[in-house]
Amino acid sequence: MPVSLLWAVDVYGRVYSLSTAGQLWEQCHDAQMEFKRVTAAQQCCWGIACDNNIYLNVHASDLPVRYQEETYENQRWNPIDGFSDRLLPSDRWQWSDVTGLQHQPLDNFRIPSDSWEWEGDWYADENFEGEPTEKGGWTYAIDFPATYTKDKKWNSCVRRRRWLRYRRYKAMDTWAKIPPQQTTLPDPFSDISCGGWEINEEPRGRLSLWAVSLQGKVWFREGIYHHNPEGSFWEDIPLPGEVVQISCGPGDLVWAVLWEGQLMVREGISRDCPKGTTWAVVDSPNPDVGATHVAVGNNVVWALTKDNKVWFRRGVNSHNPCGSGWISMVGEMIMINVGLNDQVLGIGSQDRAVYFRQGVTSSELSGKTWRAITVPRDGDRSHSSASAGSLQSAGCYFCGEVRAQSVVSDVESDTEKGSTDGASCLVASSSPESFVDSPATASSLNSSLTENQERPQERAFLLVHQSGGPLDPQWSNVDLEEAQGHPVQTGAVLDSADTCSLSSVATYTLAMEDPYGADEHPLWAWVSGGGCSVDSHSQLNWFNSMVQSVQSMNLSVTPAQTAAWRRQIFEQLSERTKREIDNFRHYEQAIEQSVWVKKGTMQWWRDWKPHKWIDVHFALEQFSGSEGNKDGILFIYYNFYEEKKYLHAFINEVTILVPVLNDSKHSFAIYTPERTKQRWPIRLAAATELEMQDWLALLSDSCCDSRVIQGPPSKQAIWSVTCKGDIFVSEPSPSLEAMPYPSPCDQMFWRQVGGHLRVVECNSVGIVWGIGYDHTAWVYTGGYGGGIFQGLSSSTDNIYTQVDAKSVYIYENQRWNPVSGYTNRGLPTDRYMWSDASGLHECTKTNMKPPSPQWTWVSDWAIDYSVSGGTDREGWQYAADFPASYHGYKTLKDFVRRRRWARKCKLTTTGPWQEIPPISLSDVTILPCAAQSSVDVVPLWAISNKGDVLCRLGVTTLTPAGSSWLHVGTDQPFKSISIGAASQVWAIAKDGSAFYRGSVSPQSPAGDCWYHIPSPAKQKLKQVSVGRTSVYTVDENGNLWYRQGVTPSYPQGSSWEHISNNVRKVSVGPLDQVWIIADKVQGSQSLSCGTVCHRLGVQPMEPKGQSWDYGIGGGWDHITVRGNSMEPPRIHLPSLTAPAPQSPLPVRNKEVNGDAVGC
Amino acid sequence: IMADDKDVLRDVWFGRIPTCFILNQDEVTEREAEPYYLLLPRVSYLTLVTDKVKKHFHKVVRTDDVEEMWLEYEGTPLKWHYPIGVLFDLHASNTVLPWSITVHFKNFPDRDLLHCPSNSVIEAHFMSSIKEADALKHKSQVVNDMQKKDHKQLWMGLQNDKFDQFWAMNRKLMEYPTEEGGFRYIPFRIYQTMSDRPFIQKLFRPVSPEGNMHTLGDLLKEMCPAALPNDGEQKRYQVVIHGIEPLLETPLQWLSEHLSHPDNFLHICVTPVPSD
Repeated sequence: MPVSLLWAVDVYGRVYSLSTAGQLWEQCHDAQMEFKRVTAAQQCCWGIACDNNIYLNVHASDLPVRYQEETYENQRWNPIDGFSDRLLPSDRWQWSDVTGLQHQPLDNFRIPSDSWEWEGDWYADENFEGEPTEKGGWTYAIDFPATYTKDKKWNSCVRRRRWLRYRRYKAMDTWAKIPPQQTTLPDPFSDISCGGWEINEEPRGRLSLWAVSLQGKVWFREGIYHHNPEGSFWEDIPLPGEVVQISCGPGDLVWAVLWEGQLMVREGISRDCPKGTTWAVVDSPNPDVGATHVAVGNNVVWALTKDNKVWFRRGVNSHNPCGSGWISMVGEMIMINVGLNDQVLGIGSQDRAVYFRQGVTSSELSGKTWRAITVPRDGDRSHSSASAGSLQSAGCYFCGEVRAQSVVSDVESDTEKGSTDGASCLVASSSPESFVDSPATASSLNSSLTENQERPQERAFLLVHQSGGPLDPQWSNVDLEEAQGHPVQTGAVLDSADTCSLSSVATYTLAMEDPYGADEHPLWAWVSGGGCSVDSHSQLNWFNSMVQSVQSMNLSVTPAQTAAWRRQIFEQLSERTKREIDNFRHYEQAIEQSVWVKKGTMQWWRDWKPHKWIDVHFALEQFSGSEGNKDGILFIYYNFYEEKKYLHAFINEVTILVPVLNDSKHSFAIYTPERTKQRWPIRLAAATELEMQDWLALLSDSCCDSRVIQGPPSKQAIWSVTCKGDIFVSEPSPSLEAMPYPSPCDQMFWRQVGGHLRVVECNSVGIVWGIGYDHTAWVYTGGYGGGIFQGLSSSTDNIYTQVDAKSVYIYENQRWNPVSGYTNRGLPTDRYMWSDASGLHECTKTNMKPPSPQWTWVSDWAIDYSVSGGTDREGWQYAADFPASYHGYKTLKDFVRRRRWARKCKLTTTGPWQEIPPISLSDVTILPCAAQSSVDVVPLWAISNKGDVLCRLGVTTLTPAGSSWLHVGTDQPFKSISIGAASQVWAIAKDGSAFYRGSVSPQSPAGDCWYHIPSPAKQKLKQVSVGRTSVYTVDENGNLWYRQGVTPSYPQGSSWEHISNNVRKVSVGPLDQVWIIADKVQGSQSLSCGTVCHRLGVQPMEPKGQSWDYGIGGGWDHITVRGNSMEPPRIHLPSLTAPAPQSPLPVRNKEVNGDAVGC
Repeated sequence: IMADDKDVLRDVWFGRIPTCFILNQDEVTEREAEPYYLLLPRVSYLTLVTDKVKKHFHKVVRTDDVEEMWLEYEGTPLKWHYPIGVLFDLHASNTVLPWSITVHFKNFPDRDLLHCPSNSVIEAHFMSSIKEADALKHKSQVVNDMQKKDHKQLWMGLQNDKFDQFWAMNRKLMEYPTEEGGFRYIPFRIYQTMSDRPFIQKLFRPVSPEGNMHTLGDLLKEMCPAALPNDGEQKRYQVVIHGIEPLLETPLQWLSEHLSHPDNFLHICVTPVPSD
């Protein structure tokens, strides 16, 4: 069977094809814009692009598409001129068609579209009826119209000759817009389906193409033939109702889905009448749930209902296109398609994977099972295929080039700010997107930055409409408008909200469950098998489902045999047991069996594809470790194709336990150094929230026991915060900053501290401040535990109630129809009436739950008018189609509108934090320096929620909350601030430039004046961190900058030096150590967004370091290393006995450091 | 009862020797030392499983006299780096149970015993044995393909007496290409009480050049002919593995797969038949 292609569109609108001989989704790089849907035949593929135009991609073949144009030149004889173009008034045109009725001069011929080109110029056809005329092609007759001969006779009064010119279809293997309708169509197309090539014996190339418009009308494309692949014009097909989707088979089957959920069958389709004559209505498979989708083949009809159930129509054939009844099938799909040979493809409603129906034969048309196509996409940074060579290095997202700002990102960075306030931080990373540093793909990355979480179509649309001139002022004003509603635009706090929403681009169910183990598997929106020639015998390599090597419990069992030697061994072993053990069973065992085993049932996000939750037995075995400390192993027992297997992890190798609460799963992630490298944790879900908390607390205790960690974090502790607001702390070992071999940061052990914060900052004398999602300032009380950690793992004092708040957003979507205007009757195949920002998930006011069970509603739903792009007075934004660019006013071209609803929710927890009223903060910084005594005042600076710069007075180790705020005047709002070990204060203003504060000293804690420091060329800075001497900043495009030329006499420095891209946040410590939150880091199995990274090679004479080491990640938002002033040992000898990964960290909670920083 | 070969692995793993630890009379004690009774795993190592013994006697021994503990049976210092079962079969197989071991805290016999300051030393010894065995069996290919955590799993399995955990990994070390009929060489050690050499260890293939499976008898004939009875003569030596005497016709490959210690060596003890 020749190689053919399966076509698909992912949720970002990128078009891919998969060869029947291949194992890779190849992106159709020619597609300049994103597509909504495609429909394929073997020789071509049609698609609806995001500009709502229909495009055609004709595959190049040996058979060129040529069309011969012809016209006739007519002449009459007269005695003066002989034959000339002087014709009688009753005669035909001088240039005409063959009949003479049509006026056809040469220059009237135009190529039908840009996809065609002329092969040459016009020439007279020398041949007549197969013979050369040798007379310039003239043929003669007595009169028009008459019989022509090639010979001139005595009575030949008229003559004519044929002129020919060929045009060739040149747009092969590229997406070409089909010529526009003479009369513009009333509304854009929303669905398209081609087929019908088997109705008659026309050579390959004749097609029936059916389309549905947004208003529910059905159109038939007339005149598609081999020599006219684009067809001629659209014909309106009368309908009894409004259609949402249509499917056309290779033969005479055409079915459509109606708005109301019934189906329609086109009757009367025949070789002479490919568009049929009448419609017959068929009820939805389920009377309560309307049909949403239909797919037909030669002799089959498959349908989906709104609940994503799959149905197969019995008894369908040419004579009975309506069939006889529905059969419910296994699987839940959001889209289904029938390809050649009645093979079936679907897109899973949960995982958005493409499924192939296996076992479909002409005798068993319904097939046997769904099988996920697991091949990777080209350009995937990693994929699950076994080929290790394709795995990228972890650093592939870092490069030395400055990430430039583009028009698109400009718009977006504006867009994102206003609306991320309140942080709809649903999810962390799992954007499956990969990006390279080309402008095109960079923009699609940027698109994932917007809180709107729209697909890149939106962006592309923007570009199309705005690339011509300067930006619409409406867009550039967004900033200011938003500023009124939300006092502060940016700043560290909001930045983290941005990163949150960056990571929350994927709001698919899967992704919502999956913030910590980013799954890079592609999310598909549409698939078409119309060009894909497979059958049940085809050998496809699409299903090389990666099966992890798992330890099996199978031992090689040979059948029992009766050889004497074997019998002897069995007998003697049995005797030995009697002799040596049976009489001594009362003796104590030398090796204590597990001190304690806790078992339970849980669900495990299985390691192999397709990933899903499976039921497992879970056990934690704890025992006394070799050196007397408690240790443990956790086991996950599961079935693999009915074989019992297990997976285990040693407690002393676990580096972190991360709760992943959402409304559907009470789950948590377990990382080991190896799992961190893979970016693929063990993920488990308990049945209830309580059960999950019990397990988490128990496992956390067990981990701390095995590492002999207890009590509050040390003053040197490294703090970090996830995008869910969970707080983690890690005890640094002295070798963490050792040169030249620091301990790898994927081996750092993190334990959770109660509370909920967005930002946490500390210094090395144990002063720690935090800022909540609602901008409340908090000070660390010196306790530990709280939250889910009770009993021994929590201090009894110093734990207080903590409240935090944020908003949840949903969208109301409407479609315009000519009868009732905008109504709730949306497009179910396009978008739900009530949805998340992406439109991919239904989110209604009633079914929308708070982000996790920790959160409760504190307000009712209210229209949110503070949406970027503006709204009308009712909060609506309008657009031509979903998803597109929205604007706050209605135009004639707008067929859809949406508005955003917001609802506040509140979280109440406990933790070692006390509120510092009343000023709301967006950033805070503490001098990273050891105080000489407990009453020494420690400088602490902050940025208020409004952008004011504040200086906290009276902060000492005894009174870490300080006493009062001192306001420091500025010309404009600020968003980020940092103070270095020598009291050097740096800040970032709202305009993205930096400021240095002069003359800050103990005597003058607020300094005297600001020195303006321009930002790096064309970049807007967003965050700054100052260590002992180093000054680092991060700009809005993720570039990390080092300030060159900083000296005691010239503390402002001289210039910015680019260090890295791919950076969200930086923290520079008192040793000038540099840690960041990286945007994306690739692991061997997956990639993680929001990852802790450590700059390697930083030395006093080399403060910029050399490379990155990758630590915990997947949803991390913030880190501070400003407490770690622990000087590394001068000479580092690797330990000879203890293997590095297990080497217990040094004694905690000890005053390790008195003189750390020379400040 | 027809048993499964898998049960042999289990029996080997869970073999125990009832032991009575008695404090050496020369030790200065503050009060009388009670003997201490334990079931010792045959496949483990003395210093790995005698923490309790040490703690028990520490209570009565004058603390300033305490040095590294060492153990002795009837005057023979017991080498901790031999599996416990080997020590028993070699020195005490005909004793009355429980096996009575004397505990010392003084006068460490440096000439006879290796020091064992921590469990990591045992781990290193154990892992080096496994690696040596795999070098013989598979040119080290299996053990080198394993990850560090797999090695850890083998060790943790032994240390915590986790049969399933150990065998989930050890299984890989016991595989061989079917067409070859066995390992490259059989990792074995033959111990003799009557010899000065600690043990015999040479290269020996599981299959003869003619394609026949080598047996235990074949091995002994080549390595230790004295262990075999001459025709018509009474048996002078017993050949003991894990406390049992397999028939000489037992295939060596099967023995290596099923009666090896966790260190992957087949430890064979040749001791004189006790004279009644």
